[in-house]
Amino acid sequence: MAVSADADFKTRLQNWIPKLVLSPSIAMMTVFVYGFILFSVYLSFTDSRILPTFGWVGWENYDKLWRLSHWETSLINMGIFASLYIVICTCIGLGLAIFLDQKIRGEGLLRPIYLYPMALSFIVTGTAWKWFLDPGIGLENVMQTWGWESFEFDWIKDRNFAIYTVVLAAVWQTSGFVMAMFLAGLRGIDNEILRAAQMDGASNWNLYRRIIIPQLRPAFLSAFVILSHLAIKTFDLVIALTGGGPGRATELPATFMYSYTFTRNQMGIGAASATIMLMTIAAIMIPYLYAELREKR
Amino acid sequence: MSQATQDTAIRTGRVTRTLIYLVLLLFGLFYLLPLYVMLVNSVKPLEEITGGGMMNLPQVFTIEPWLKAWSSAQIGVDPTGLKPYFWNSIKMVVPAVIVSTILGALNGYVLTKWRFKYDTILFGLMLFACFIPFQIVLIPMARMLGIIGLAGTTWGLALVHVVYGIGFTTLYFRNYYAVFPTELIRAAQIDGAGFFQIFWRILLPSSGPIAVVSIIWQFTNIWNDFLFGASFADANSQPMTVALNNLVQSSTGVKEYNVHFAGAILAAMPTLLVYIVAGRYFVRGLMAGSVKG
Amino acid sequence: MRKLLKTKSVIVAGLLCTSSLVHAEEVEVLHWWTSGGEAAALNVLKDDLSGQGIGWTDMPVAGGGGEQAMTVLRARVTAGNAPTAVQALGFDIQDWAAQGALADLNDVAAQEGWDEVVPDALKAFAKHDGKWVSAPVNVHSTNWVWANKAVLDANGIAPPTSWDEFVAAVETLKGAGVTPIAHGGQAWQDATIFDAVVMSTLGPDGYKAAFIDLDEEVLGGEAMKEAFDRMAFIRDNVDENFSGRDWNLATAMVINGEAGFQMMGDWAKGEFLNAGKVPGQDFLCFRFPGTAEQVTFNADQFMMFDQGGSVSEEQAALASAILSPSFQSAFNVVKGSVPARTDVSDADFDDCGKQGMKDLAAAAASGNLFGSMAHGHAAPASVKNAVYDVVTAHFNGEYDSETAVTELVDAVSIAK
Repeated sequence: MAVSADADFKTRLQNWIPKLVLSPSIAMMTVFVYGFILFSVYLSFTDSRILPTFGWVGWENYDKLWRLSHWETSLINMGIFASLYIVICTCIGLGLAIFLDQKIRGEGLLRPIYLYPMALSFIVTGTAWKWFLDPGIGLENVMQTWGWESFEFDWIKDRNFAIYTVVLAAVWQTSGFVMAMFLAGLRGIDNEILRAAQMDGASNWNLYRRIIIPQLRPAFLSAFVILSHLAIKTFDLVIALTGGGPGRATELPATFMYSYTFTRNQMGIGAASATIMLMTIAAIMIPYLYAELREKR
Repeated sequence: MSQATQDTAIRTGRVTRTLIYLVLLLFGLFYLLPLYVMLVNSVKPLEEITGGGMMNLPQVFTIEPWLKAWSSAQIGVDPTGLKPYFWNSIKMVVPAVIVSTILGALNGYVLTKWRFKYDTILFGLMLFACFIPFQIVLIPMARMLGIIGLAGTTWGLALVHVVYGIGFTTLYFRNYYAVFPTELIRAAQIDGAGFFQIFWRILLPSSGPIAVVSIIWQFTNIWNDFLFGASFADANSQPMTVALNNLVQSSTGVKEYNVHFAGAILAAMPTLLVYIVAGRYFVRGLMAGSVKG
Repeated sequence: MRKLLKTKSVIVAGLLCTSSLVHAEEVEVLHWWTSGGEAAALNVLKDDLSGQGIGWTDMPVAGGGGEQAMTVLRARVTAGNAPTAVQALGFDIQDWAAQGALADLNDVAAQEGWDEVVPDALKAFAKHDGKWVSAPVNVHSTNWVWANKAVLDANGIAPPTSWDEFVAAVETLKGAGVTPIAHGGQAWQDATIFDAVVMSTLGPDGYKAAFIDLDEEVLGGEAMKEAFDRMAFIRDNVDENFSGRDWNLATAMVINGEAGFQMMGDWAKGEFLNAGKVPGQDFLCFRFPGTAEQVTFNADQFMMFDQGGSVSEEQAALASAILSPSFQSAFNVVKGSVPARTDVSDADFDDCGKQGMKDLAAAAASGNLFGSMAHGHAAPASVKNAVYDVVTAHFNGEYDSETAVTELVDAVSIAK
């Protein structure tokens, strides 16, 4: 009798251990992520300015937010930036991975060169990029002193093009990382299938298009998650490279939110923009996560 | 796993190969360019930099900026250089990386091998948490640290980094363990092995590759973080990035670009080292785990 | 929901009682003065305190003219871990005082007679509800023009005293192939020029109505449109590569004779001096044309955070050290600004510094001392940044003057 009760306790303990192990993480997440999100949503309906205060103002902050023309600018910039950044990084990453997978001599040397930008923060590389893009001292100047007089590259000074320089620097930072993810995917593909297809006379182009790239689907998905997460959090880069300028031409939602919350003492509007940003992220990520995680079952 | 290091079976012609090499080299140059700019300018005297020609090799080579950035540059009132802040960063990064990796491994283990109702939803929530912009958590987080008495301490900073890192570490380990044969676990269970025994004896020994990925990811993110470091540290726990920012962003006065660049490279040294040393295992680890989505 | 609200109010109550972890006999100072000269000046303060047996814990956070430091401050106060003393500007001080977070310095102030020696315009920021809450360090004035004397002489230009003369001088320089105006295209720099242009175009009364009283009629008026037109003229006479440039690089253009003028606050002087230039010989400093009588200012101060109801001994010592004439002189000679108290001897200052002190005293006496909009001393941060948005958009060609005026009214009304 006693033995069985003991065993019973043990099994029950065994059943509980996994949940116990998980619980600190769950608790932290509930408080530090979802609790804080709720708090921030709540703040967006208050008159908070320098510190959180709790006078209810209804939709006033949202109303003000949509009257601000550079909130719109920042949303449009986000659209341009995120789509270009994700697409270009994926293309370059995939291309480099395929090329690097062709039994390249010196792969061991090239790989860390492609990867290292991910190791640096933009507080570090921002200045270098700023110099490089500056027409007065950077690429334009160098090309001109090397004799290409008509060379022009002044995007960073042009409010219609400045956002593309942000894309350029961001692509520089992460495309190598994406390359590593695709390379890992390519190395996992079964060569037997390829050999069989080669026997059937398939061209390299067709091999990639019909067999290899479709098999990389998981890598595409991981790349998408990582890239979109980085795109949303892009902040240091804009601050270091353009400071949101020329004018407010390279403002992104993250910089907008930060400036309203912390430098303009309009925490309510900052929280409202954060709420909209979170809802947008949720609208994109939830269907994706749902589809991804369901499939596993 | 036997194919781990195998190259593709695709064959290419000579012209194509030359082109491939050319493209690869060009991209190599593209990636190296900013580092080159930083390096050459960190060993020039200041007059040479302000004189223009940022791509030129130094006419006069000097190591002075590096020494200055490390040990005598003005960070605040004291000319301490970056040195003391380096240790602050280490003290924050090491525990944060270790704890978040361990938690991620355990979470991944539970979520794949001890499944329960709604576990996918829980995981989904954890994953979504990776996407919140950090700017919105600053104020509530500061309050929370104040309440638990960790405000302004290295431990408080480490805690913050653990909290916002476990989403990714869990993702990595979960995907890695998902393809680990469950039969082995079941067999061990029948043999009477408990939860931790199974983890310790069976899963952990083969977790090397994904642990590398998780450690590299966490190490770089935490080392490079500025926002949390600036907001939650006090005078005795400010990390390297904050000091670097103080060096580079000084509001008025002469900007010593050569010292700035030297400082920037110094601040990036640990992460660069991690990438160069562990980079090989990185691709292997990615291949083994996270890519399986 | 009610329960939630209750928790919230507890949090607020907690926020307001800030306590410090710093040990007695020590001050922790949050500031953004990290460049060599500034740090050297702060060291004067540090040594003064250590002479009284008080330690100094340094907490520097540079970036964006204190923006980064203010974020940090907010986190520290929210965590209940406020630093002892914090460098601050203008309206931020009043905002913190309104939160009840600052200590009352009236005893020290009375003892040392601050009320008599600090100009009223400064007291408006340093005092809240009749209580001294911060110790002013300096007064920067922002409506200066810096010029390369050799360039001006070579083209036969005397320092312009009116807008028309300024236009003529600019045209002459342009004709001579010199960049007339050196400028860095960052929002705060655009706004610094705008301050001076508005002062000169609308006059002191108009400046006050627009930027301090935020009168929508003046903000949207014809004269404001004229001010924007003048900004457009200035925009046409900067070099092509101005966008994003740091102010000190623009100053370097004047130093090297690539450009004639720069409109910038008095901190630009340090750059000239560092380059071995002598005021009056190599470079000239004069008030922006049409603002000879006026001074627009910003002032660095140190707020003292409440340490549980009273001012600690260390804070009192720090505050009195900051206001001591010897520190005021030593610090401001280095920084390029002028002392916050008007009774300090100008013996150690150079020509530009002497003139700055004289101008300040005169402007304070005649009611011509105004807070600078661009530097957060005319209106709160929200309004300041709203003005930035419009000015910088106009300067970069996004709006014409007509649109800019309408946008300005709208932006200010959202921010108010």
